[in-house]
This record gives sequence, structure tokens and C-alpha cells, in this order.
Amino acid sequence: MSLDVEYTFDEFFRDETFVDDFTYRNSPAGIRRFPFPFDRDDYMYSVNMEPHVPGRKGSVFEKTFDVDEHYVSEMRDRARVLARDPLRCQSLPHMTLAGWDLLELIMESKAREYPQWFSLEKNGNRWRWINRPLGIDHTFTFLDETTLPYGPMEYITRQTQGDFTLQDEREGTLWVDAGMVTTQADWSLDFDIGMNFHEWHAPVPLAHEKGIFDRALKFLLKLQHGAPVRRFNWTMTVNPLLDTAPETYPEWGYMRTTLNQDNMGHMMHLRVELQALFRLPRSNAIAFSIRAYLGKFEELVTIPKWGRRLHRVVRDIHPDLAAYKGFLRNRDEMAKWLSKYDDGAPTSAGWWPED
Amino acid sequence: MSGGAKLNVRVAEVVKVNDLITRFRFVARDGGLLPAFSGGAHTVVEMDDHGTRRLNPYSLMSDPEDRSGYEISVRRDDTGRGGSLYMHRHVKPGMDMVLSHPVNLFPLDNRARKHLFIAGGIGITPFLAMAHQLARFGGRFELHYATRNPALCAYGDSLTTRYGDRVHLYYDDNGDQMPLAALLSRQPLGTHLYCCGPKGMLNWVRATASTAGWADHAVHFEEFTAPGTGAPFTVELAASKKTITVGTTQSLLEAMEAAGVDAPYLCRGGACGQCETDVVRCDGRIDHRDHWLTPEDMASNTKIMPCVSRFEGKTLVIDR
Amino acid sequence: MTKTDFPPSIRSRPVYGELAPRPGSFHLIVADGEGADAVAQLFARADDSKAMLAKSHILYTAGPNGTDLWDRIEALGAAQAQKAASIPTLLFRLARVLQDMQMGAQIYLTGTEGLIGQAERDIMALGFPHSDIQKEHRGSTVRRVQCVHCKGITENVRTDPFECSHCGLHLFVRDHYSRRLAAFQGVNIDAEDKGQIPPAVERFK
Repeated sequence: MSLDVEYTFDEFFRDETFVDDFTYRNSPAGIRRFPFPFDRDDYMYSVNMEPHVPGRKGSVFEKTFDVDEHYVSEMRDRARVLARDPLRCQSLPHMTLAGWDLLELIMESKAREYPQWFSLEKNGNRWRWINRPLGIDHTFTFLDETTLPYGPMEYITRQTQGDFTLQDEREGTLWVDAGMVTTQADWSLDFDIGMNFHEWHAPVPLAHEKGIFDRALKFLLKLQHGAPVRRFNWTMTVNPLLDTAPETYPEWGYMRTTLNQDNMGHMMHLRVELQALFRLPRSNAIAFSIRAYLGKFEELVTIPKWGRRLHRVVRDIHPDLAAYKGFLRNRDEMAKWLSKYDDGAPTSAGWWPED
Repeated sequence: MSGGAKLNVRVAEVVKVNDLITRFRFVARDGGLLPAFSGGAHTVVEMDDHGTRRLNPYSLMSDPEDRSGYEISVRRDDTGRGGSLYMHRHVKPGMDMVLSHPVNLFPLDNRARKHLFIAGGIGITPFLAMAHQLARFGGRFELHYATRNPALCAYGDSLTTRYGDRVHLYYDDNGDQMPLAALLSRQPLGTHLYCCGPKGMLNWVRATASTAGWADHAVHFEEFTAPGTGAPFTVELAASKKTITVGTTQSLLEAMEAAGVDAPYLCRGGACGQCETDVVRCDGRIDHRDHWLTPEDMASNTKIMPCVSRFEGKTLVIDR
Repeated sequence: MTKTDFPPSIRSRPVYGELAPRPGSFHLIVADGEGADAVAQLFARADDSKAMLAKSHILYTAGPNGTDLWDRIEALGAAQAQKAASIPTLLFRLARVLQDMQMGAQIYLTGTEGLIGQAERDIMALGFPHSDIQKEHRGSTVRRVQCVHCKGITENVRTDPFECSHCGLHLFVRDHYSRRLAAFQGVNIDAEDKGQIPPAVERFK
């Protein structure tokens, strides 16, 4: 059994690539809804969690799992990455139930929030799932793995934008014991799977000393079913590579050396992760959805407030953070390019483009 | 955010199980499905006891996959604070009530090669849900369940019918003694032990497992306890600029809520850590009754868990 | 040679304690090289070392630096003690011993990180909590490193950077450690600037 997928592009779902010729870009409407992560002119870590409740209409916060114009192309890119390296999706044996929890959460949310694209009919545990953009119409038995072409987590995350990890709760901490990770900012699921919360965040500089992870863990252990939370993270990526994995670093690392003032606006991308966290019902596990949005510098500076602010953040960021996020070597060139869009005028608080 | 998301339910059934225990079944008021849950989870039941708001946690005992309703069993405590008496005397089919979403502070370790359950009395309830879940998904378990006598052995018959020789029953009145030491000496490496029951049993199991050399992280206890009663005391709430008196059968958390102060909570039994509050000034002795604070925190009197802990002395000012 | 002191590092890097006797129905001890000293010290600390030895099974192999203190292990007089020719052959015996082991057994691992990590990995796989396994580092600090690119594991890495024994890429050695793989992480050092490989420094001895 395999998953038969038919990628359908139309005037909404763009046909674009995240490798080779890199045809990815945002439409003007896509730029306006970009989740610009800086609500002030400087940046330092904070726990910055807020309830994951429906946000402003049209924004990426409106739905539980945002489906945007890149959906079909992102799913095609995920299938490409998995075909090359199946280790990008793994689930330790005790995490299957959490995978079913995730499948249920995503199918119910999408069918409710995007009825034009997804539908779910239930007859007891006999479920029919229709995903129109990917041409899937599949009837299976909930909680019976033999009726799916993949494990439940892999099945549903091959149809959902963003990376996912599933955390088991034991011994007063969270263990990253399953995941679908093909759009990551340079971390390896294959290496980190099985680690606890502090271990898999160990390489992050400065934040441990500030107690960020102790506080974040304490907060997450109290996460309740029915009350998800979200936060932002961000980094920089040269070219619209969704898949910046350590595994393929020798293939994409050199791109960081090819930047100049002429290609900066087109090649450099602000990569924003919208992370949403859900307590799962049957397994008591916690699902992290880590959704990456890529915005070209030349796209972001079309919003004057964002152009000014991005310049100030890049110019003033702590060098350890720039190094960890992989742009220390390009930081000065980036700030130079961005400075053209910063007239020194004050910016308003908050991240919305027009405020 | 205190208490998180809520479930609006209706009481569907009230069944007397034996002289001490009554079972309640709740269904969604809108006729829909309730969330599935994990074995070992509890729900906090909100009661309006003739003007006194009570929020008591009870383990969910029904099949976690049965989303048509939740079941709990309540043991009547004639000398307690009144929650169980309210449930027994006043809760009737058709009544509307409010539950918290399920919260699990006593989860299974699903990596275990085998699960060994030790239950005493009403402590059987989380294991009923765990057994359902393990039976469905193929986990290996063994249950040892002690009660006073067959008449008070709630669900003993149905457990035996369902799980056969995986269930072992012991009756105090018959002089049965659970062969704990022998039991602990013949479990394969990778077995996890879970215990829920009266305090004496928890202490006995803890000590026996420790002497037998069991790995600390393979031994799990249902820790949360009813708040208990005590002498009244007065507390100053620094942030809300209020001074409140905590009554004999009231917890500090309940007294804050009665005074209109919105304080965070989850388990209301001293186990989850949600209500942890900084102590601004303490001239006296905090009676720490929780399982959350470290011994250092307790000794320094810099933190208090208002859901269970009390105070004796001159002044207590907390940051709430 | 006593317990090794490692410099402070990130949270995923393993830390080691000192073996101490704990009550148990059985004692499984796995050691290599200089770990034999820690084993001897473990029994020296026991209230009743004879009784403990009568319930002990020791698996031993020489260290990656060639240190072989089997005589010391043999002289202890444990109920069972075997010398394996290498870590992989020791792990075969360990798998068999674990099959029959029961809760109440105490587990002690000592010697180099490669041995401790691989034994821990196999014990953990049975559902036994890793945090209840006692571990003490002794002897060589060479590392077992996984190439994040080809997934190959290179044993006994001494230098940083080093050449992956599977794919040949030049890798720098991180302190990031996977208990599941029992390995540190190695990452290509010239991915951005091809061919710019700094000279190898002997960091692990």
C-alpha cells in the first residue's frame, strides 16, 4: 500500500521549488500575512508563549494549522526529501498512539477550518479522509496501523506543512521520541530523537544561562488538553531552502559564501518558525508543530516598518546568536543592504505591518 | 487561564457500587463526544455546594476510548471537607456540572516491558482506565488489589471477568497479605511499578521497592491527596491587596477564589505545581502538604502551594 | 587512575559519577580498561563485599588504549566474571545476561565512554530507566562519533577535526551526544569553505 498523491496547482496553490532553480516566492497577499517575528527593534530570547487561539482574520494565526499558497509545493518537497532520506521521519516504538492523537487533531482541525479542501467522515472508527489539493480520498480504521500506508504520524504529516515532533512526558521532563523533520533550521532528528528537553536544546547558546529552558519546560509540563500555546522562533536562510538539515549541510553550506549586495534581496530569507504546542489526549504526549515561513529580504522591505526594524535587529544582534543562527559571516553585508530601507524613523510597537 | 479549558457535562448515571463508593457517569451536554484521555488521568469536578464552590480531582476510570461519557467513583468520607458527601447526597442524574479537561499526573511509562499495578481500596480507579488502555493496545500488565472484604472490593468481579489471572485480589478481613517482596523479586528488567492507595500502602510499597533495589524511576505513585482540614488562619494577598481568612474545611486556594482572586491551579492536590506561589513574608510555620516543592523550598518558607498547604503563626504574606 | 574530570559543557554531554554499592538482588558490572580500578573500589566500599561478590556478574574487556587489568577483576572472585575480546563481543554477552535479569538488580558501568554508552543503550532498550544506571568514567577519553551526514560511526576518535571512516568527510567533533546512538556528533568542517580544513588537534587521549 502506498499513498497515491496527485499534486494539483491552481490560482491559489503555487507551483514552485525549494531546490535547484528556487522558484519559491510569496505573492503580495502572502507578504502581507508573513509572520514578521519582531515586535520591537531589538531581539533577545524570551519564553514568549501565548495561547494558540484564533488570531486576526487572514493572518497565519487564524487557523489551528495554517494552510497557505505554498501547501502543495511544500508537500511535494517533503516527499522529495523523504525519498532521499527516510531517517527524517522516525517514531520510537512507544509513540504510535501519540501519532494517532496527532492524526486525529490535524484531520479534525483541517476538516472543520478548511471544508473546501479537506473533509473527514466518521462511521465509528471507520474514517474517510479527503484531501482535495493532494488528490487523496482514503478510508481507513482509526487506531489500526495496518489500514494506513505509513505510520499515523507520517501519514498525516506528509499532508501538513511544517515539521512535527512528539514529546513523551516522563520523569518530570519531555522526551522528543518521534518526529517528521524536513523543514528544519539545522538540527538532526535522527541524532536528537530520544533526548530530553534540555538535551535537545543543549547546543543553543545563552538561553540556558538565562533559565529560558527551565521556565519553558515548567510551563509546558502544565500544558493542558484543549488549551494549546504558540511562540515564534526565527533564523536566516540563504535561498528558499526549506530543508536546511545538518545531513545535507555539505550541499547547501557553500551558499552562505555566495551573497553580495546585488543578490542579497533575492537570496537572503528571514525564516520564521511558528511553533504551536498541543497536549494530546490518549498518549498524554505533547505535539510541537514547527511551521517555517520564508520571506525574501526584498519582499519584507516592501513593508516600510519591517524594513526599518529588520535592519536594526540584524545590525545589533548579539554575535553568539548570529553565529548560532548561521549568519555571523554575512551579518555586516546584510545590515548594509538593509540600511537602505531604514531612514531612522521610529517604528510602532507590535509586528503587524500597518500598525 | 486558571484550570484551563472546561467541559460542560450532564450527570447521566449515579450508581451505588457498595456501602462506601458511588459511581457517576457524565456525558457532554451538547450530546457530542468528550475528548479521549490517557489511563491515569483525572478530572477536576466543580461543585456548587449550597454556595460553597468545591473543586475536587477524581481519577477517570472508564475506557479512555469511550468518548460517549466519563466515569468516576467517589468514596464517601464522613470526616472530610464535604466534597464526597456532596457528591453522594446531592448529585443526581440530569444535573448539569462542569469538569476540567483530563489531566494526567500518573501516566504509564509506555516503554515498559511490563506494568505492575498495586491498588488499595478506592485507589483502584486509575488502574481501571489503564487496564482498558493496555488491553486495547496490547500492553502486558498484572494487577494486585487489596480491600477490606469482598463487599467493599469495587469492580473486583468485573476485573477478574475481563482480565482473568492477571488480576489478584486480597481481603484484609480474611487475613490476606499481598506478597509484595516476593512479587517485586520476580519482575523482568524493564518492569514499571505503579501504586495508588491509602498513605500507609504507598509508604509500604515505597520502602519495600527501595529495599529490593528497584530503580527509582521505575516506581510511580499517584501522589495527589485531598487538601485535608486544619485550624483557620489569616493570609495577606500582596498583589490583590486583600486579607483573607481560610476556614477549617477550606483550602487557601479555595479561600482566595471565594474572595474573587483568580489564582492558577490544575490538580488541586499538591502534585502538579501550577499554583506555586511566592511567599513575601512569613512569621510562623507553613504546613507544607504538597509533593511539589523541594525540601529546600519548604525549609526556606519562600514558596507555598495554596491548594493543600496551611499556615500557623503570626503573619503570612503571599504574592497573589 | 581515578575518576576523570571533564570540563563543563553543554547539557547533552554525559556526566559521570562514582560507583557506589546499593542494595540489590543482583549486581551487573560492565567495565573496560582502567574501569577495573573503579570496580575494585566499588567492592572496597561495600559493607559486605563477600556477599555482594556472591551476587555479582562482571563483564570486562581491555580499553582502547590497550590497558588490560583483567587480573584485578579475576582476583575479586565474583560469582561470574568474563573477559571479552572486544567491546562488540562483550555486548553479545551482555544481551544474553540482560534477558534473564529482573528488577532489583543494580547496574554499574565504568571505563571509557564508548563502552559505557553502548552498554547503557542496550539496557535502556529494555525499558530500564537510564538514570538508574550508575556510571563512572575511567581511562581513555577517545570518542565514539557519528557522522551526521553518512550516519557512520567512527570509533576511538582522537583528533578534532578527523576524517569520517565511512564517507571520508572531514568532521569537527561536537559535545552534543545521543544516548540512543551512544555517540557524539560529527559535522563537516568545510561545508561552507570547501577544502579549508584546519590542522587536526589531539583533543581526546
